[in-house]
Order: sequence, then structure tokens, then C-alpha cells
Amino acid sequence: MTAVIENLDPLLRALGTTVLILVISAAGSLVLGVLITVARVSPIPVLRGAAWAYVQVFVNVPLLALLLLAVFALPDAGLLMPLTTTVIVVLTVYEAAYVAEAVRSGINTVASGQVEAARALGLRLSQTLRHVVVPQAVRAVVQPLGNVMIALLMNTALAATVGVVELTSATNKVNLVAAQPIPIFTAAGLTYMALALAIGLAAGRIEKKVAIHR
Amino acid sequence: MSHSGAFLYDAPGPRARRRILLGSVVSALALAGVFALALVQFGRTGQLDADRWTPFLDWPIWSYLLVGLRGTALAAALVAVLAGAFGVLLAIGRLSQNRPLRWLCTGYIEVARTLPVLLLIYLMLFGLPAYGINLPVLWKLVVPLTIANAAVVAEIVRAGVLALPRGQTEAALSLGIRRSQAMRFVVLPQALRHVTPSLVTQLVSLIKDTSLGYVVAFTELLYRAQVLSAYNRLLIQTFLVVALIYLVFNGALSYLAARLRTRVRRQVAPPSGPAEQAADRELETPVVR
Repeated sequence: MTAVIENLDPLLRALGTTVLILVISAAGSLVLGVLITVARVSPIPVLRGAAWAYVQVFVNVPLLALLLLAVFALPDAGLLMPLTTTVIVVLTVYEAAYVAEAVRSGINTVASGQVEAARALGLRLSQTLRHVVVPQAVRAVVQPLGNVMIALLMNTALAATVGVVELTSATNKVNLVAAQPIPIFTAAGLTYMALALAIGLAAGRIEKKVAIHR
Repeated sequence: MSHSGAFLYDAPGPRARRRILLGSVVSALALAGVFALALVQFGRTGQLDADRWTPFLDWPIWSYLLVGLRGTALAAALVAVLAGAFGVLLAIGRLSQNRPLRWLCTGYIEVARTLPVLLLIYLMLFGLPAYGINLPVLWKLVVPLTIANAAVVAEIVRAGVLALPRGQTEAALSLGIRRSQAMRFVVLPQALRHVTPSLVTQLVSLIKDTSLGYVVAFTELLYRAQVLSAYNRLLIQTFLVVALIYLVFNGALSYLAARLRTRVRRQVAPPSGPAEQAADRELETPVVR
């Protein structure tokens, strides 16, 4: 336990990095994911195909391969960003595919009568999507989206493999010096669990608040 | 018009068709523009030169990568078998009548679902050797992945069991067989068939996770790619080729999962109550990694 307390400062700073990466990529992937879903159900075949391809790529290629590509390979093509920014961008585009999958299954739960009613009122497709379909679709999948965000939290740990000093990386570093794996890794594990629990509880709260009672 | 968004609009008339055509052209141009920008950037830095790509037409590179692919398959198969068996047991434990067992399994599942695999791998690599636990490289990858995936499999199986009408268990019990037998012969076979698509999707995510072999230096596809790119200095090309290999294999599995999903849905009677609908929805999206 002493090892954790003595190294509290670097560990807390690393936790800050983890939370920073988590919050920015969570917000980014939610927005991007909804946009991809909209493209995926649009009447324009090209957009539908592009959105489909996007989801296929990011659901089937390992995040680690994408991270290595973005961090170590793309600078060869002159595409170089600060390290943490690169990781945030990769996590955002990766997790957006999962958000898109979740929201799409939400769209399938919207009753077709809703759409017909919106059309009967004279709403255009963009208005129908914005005011009728997407709000209901997202409400129906709050819990799955919470799970995607928990997966995102787990995936922020991969930033350690490309050199970002976030919680997992700092845990490892502290342990290499202090050599007390059990307390140090337990503390890190409990922190991740607490963060995941917070996301889960928030999702539960939000779901209860926005649920549609039919 | 049979795609999933088709119910959002009427069959297009002449004006809507013109607008769709216009939208198609504009978005195709925009996508082509982005693609062209990327190509220009790659070309300017010499990444499109023929001699940077032709090595991938040679057999030695492919045989080198294929050895990695074999490692990926081996690790994935081990994790799939172990996590599958362990996961089913955990699901049964979480659903059991025995309170301590139920709490133990629930606790394990909730903990294992919220720990990053990489943290477990670092523990395996740098933590446990201090206590004299030093597994072979393959197991340093397989054990953490099994710990994490068993919990996910357990949740998938549990969702499948809960989605089954309760009458199945009741009918079995009323025939006089024990609860454990009812689970084994009546409930589980049906539940597993229901959740096969989700299990295949989880297999895809598990195969992706074996890329963490890169961290433990186990000979799998991504690790081989890393070694190869350090040797030939063709980083972009190597990683793009490897990403493509992953895309092909996992894409095929994802396609299989989608096919299975439509088949299962056709076999199962349409859900009637809101509870069953919710369970059905849960079946569709428990896999997120």
C-alpha cells in the first residue's frame, strides 16, 4: 500500500490523462457515430456504402494495429500529430463504429408509424431524422451505449503501448521501480472498476430519465 | 429498397430520385476528394513508389506473415475454447439457486468485465514473475484474454438463457428431472443456439485482442508485422497489408455472424411482449469491444 501512496502524484496525473482521453474520445465518438448511422440509413446509396465500409473496417481491424499505424507509420507520410492527440483521434474513429452499430439497432426499434406520422405532418427526411427518429433511437440504446463507453475506457489502456503515460502505463512504471505488484495493480484495477461503475451508473440514470414509456 | 433505413421514406418519385442522384454525385465527389488528398500526400512522401509495394508480391514476406497468422489462430482458438467453457460455467453459476455461488460468479463477471486486458498482461509480464509465476509467452497472452473473455461469454450466455421462455424450464421440471438436468438438456442447448451469432461476434473481438501478442512478444500477426517493418522499413505498407489481412478474416466471420443472426431471427417466433422485445434487443448488442 505504501508504494501506491508514495507514488500517488504520478499515478493521479496518469489517471487525469486516462480521463482526458476517455472524455474527449467519448464525446467525439458519440457525435461521429450518430452521423455515421444517419449516413447508413440515408436514401443516398453512396453514403450508405461508405458508412457500411467504415463500420466494417473499424469493427474488424484490431485497435492496436490502427494505433501502431497512426503513431509509428503515418509520420512516414508526413502525417504527424502530438502523441496524445493521435491516440484520441484513433480511439474516436474506432469507437464511433461501435456507437454507429448501437444507434442503428436503436433505429430499428422506432415504430414505422412514427415515421409515417412525421411524414404526414409534412416533415422532410432530415427533420424526421433529427426530431423524431434519432432522439428515440438513442434513448432506446442508452444502456448499450454505456457499454460501448466502458469498452472505450478499457481501450484507453492501449495508449500505453504507444508511449502515452496513462493509468496502465504509469501503474507498470511505478511497479517496475517499487516492485510491489499486488497493491499497485490492485489499486489500478479498482480505479478502472470505479470509472466503469460510474459510466454504468450514469447510463442507468440517463436511461431511467429519458426512457420512453409506451 | 430493402436496407435497414428503407422504412424511413416513401418510394422516391421523380423529384426525390433527382435529389438522390445529386446527393450521390456530391458525396461520391467528396469521398473521392478525400481519397485523392490522401493519395497526393502519400505520393509526395514517396509512399506510393512501386518499390515500396512490390516486396509484398514475394512469397517470403507472405510466408513470414502467415506464420504470424498461425500464431493468431492458435491463441484465438485456445482463448475461444477456454473462455467458452469457463463462460458457460460462469453463466450457470450466476443463474444458480445457490446464493454464495451466484454472488461469486456475479462478482467475478463484474470485475473481469471492467479490467483492461493490457493491465492484466502487464501484471503477467512484470508483476507476477516477482512471485515466481512466470508462464510461457503464449500463456501470458492467453490467460489474461481468457479471464476477460470468459466474463463476456458468460453475459452473452446468460442473456440467451433469460430470453428463453420460462415455460421451458417449468415443463422440464414438471417432467420430474432435476434443475441441473433441465439446464443441461433443455435450457442451455436452446440458449446457445440463440446466442451463436453474438458468440461469433465475440470471436471476432477475441481475434482482434490477440494482437496484444505484440506486447508480450508472442509470434502472432501484429507482432510479426512489427518485426517485419523494423527490418524492411516499410511501415505504412506492412501495417496496411496486415490490417487488410485482419479485415478479410474477421470480415468473413462478421459476415457469418450477420447471416446466422437473420437465420436465428427467422427461426424464433416473433417477440410478443415488451420484455421479450427488450431481451431480443439485448441479444443483438452485448458485444462491444
